[in-house]
Amino acid sequence: MSSQETHKIQENNTSEATTTASLPRLGMAAPLFEAVTTHGKIRLDDFRGGWVVLFSHPADFTPVCTTEFLAFAAIAPELRKRNVELLGLSIDSTSSHIAWVRNIKDKFGIDIPFPIIADSNKDVATLYGMVSPGESKTETSRCVFVIDPNGIVRAMIYYPLTTGRNTDEIIRLIDALQTTDKHAVATPANWKPGDKVIVPPPATMEDVEARLKAGFECTDWYFCKKAI
Amino acid sequence: MACISAQGELSESARSILTALENPSTPEDVASRTALPLFRVRAGLREMAEAELVTLSNSLYTPTDRGRSLLH
Repeated sequence: MSSQETHKIQENNTSEATTTASLPRLGMAAPLFEAVTTHGKIRLDDFRGGWVVLFSHPADFTPVCTTEFLAFAAIAPELRKRNVELLGLSIDSTSSHIAWVRNIKDKFGIDIPFPIIADSNKDVATLYGMVSPGESKTETSRCVFVIDPNGIVRAMIYYPLTTGRNTDEIIRLIDALQTTDKHAVATPANWKPGDKVIVPPPATMEDVEARLKAGFECTDWYFCKKAI
Repeated sequence: MACISAQGELSESARSILTALENPSTPEDVASRTALPLFRVRAGLREMAEAELVTLSNSLYTPTDRGRSLLH
């Protein structure tokens, strides 16, 4: 093997390792970036103190993405009530984003109220692992990263190019995360605000006895719910 | 945010932010006075600081003479 080939392999390995190391993980700090958006240059850190839903779409002027943007615009006021801002992204230029946003206003009568990152050089997409080469090497998948007020990645959703996301689920997810933070509880399958929540399982025998006397709705020692 | 156009005029949001800076203020103060999202205020103030329209001291932003002159 020539030294040139060795260097190339090392370069590839380094590149792969770097990409892997930088991919977001739940419970870890969201990778910081500064990016050009339809609302000017924005840093992720500008959102500190509030929640962010960073989401990517494959491309401007495509039908599924247009339905998603209409749906994201529709939930923006509900998210704002929850101290959540939306931040879109695709591997398109600012001009393309602006033209598409204007087209959505013209054809559907809907304003897109959130900024959209023009990630033409894939900097942010690479940082967050938004490109799934098995699907497309030139488009971002339908990714959602929920980042909390401390800049921690709290949830991630990946949908394929063919399948539009369910924005009701994104609101439900935010409600569940904020409820968990506020009450130190977990939420069961298909939980909605108003439903009972899961009391975290006890870790010691002493806790088990205390749990059973605490007045929770317990099916068994490890499975207790309560209203909040 | 592009606080200044190619013609040297303030953008609408930059004008709102500068107008809200009557007294030295934090980004949070400005956001509550303008009803702009906090992230936009932070990004806008940073851009205006780079353009020397505002200065930052002790976490408070103040318009510069140039910033004030563009308001009128």
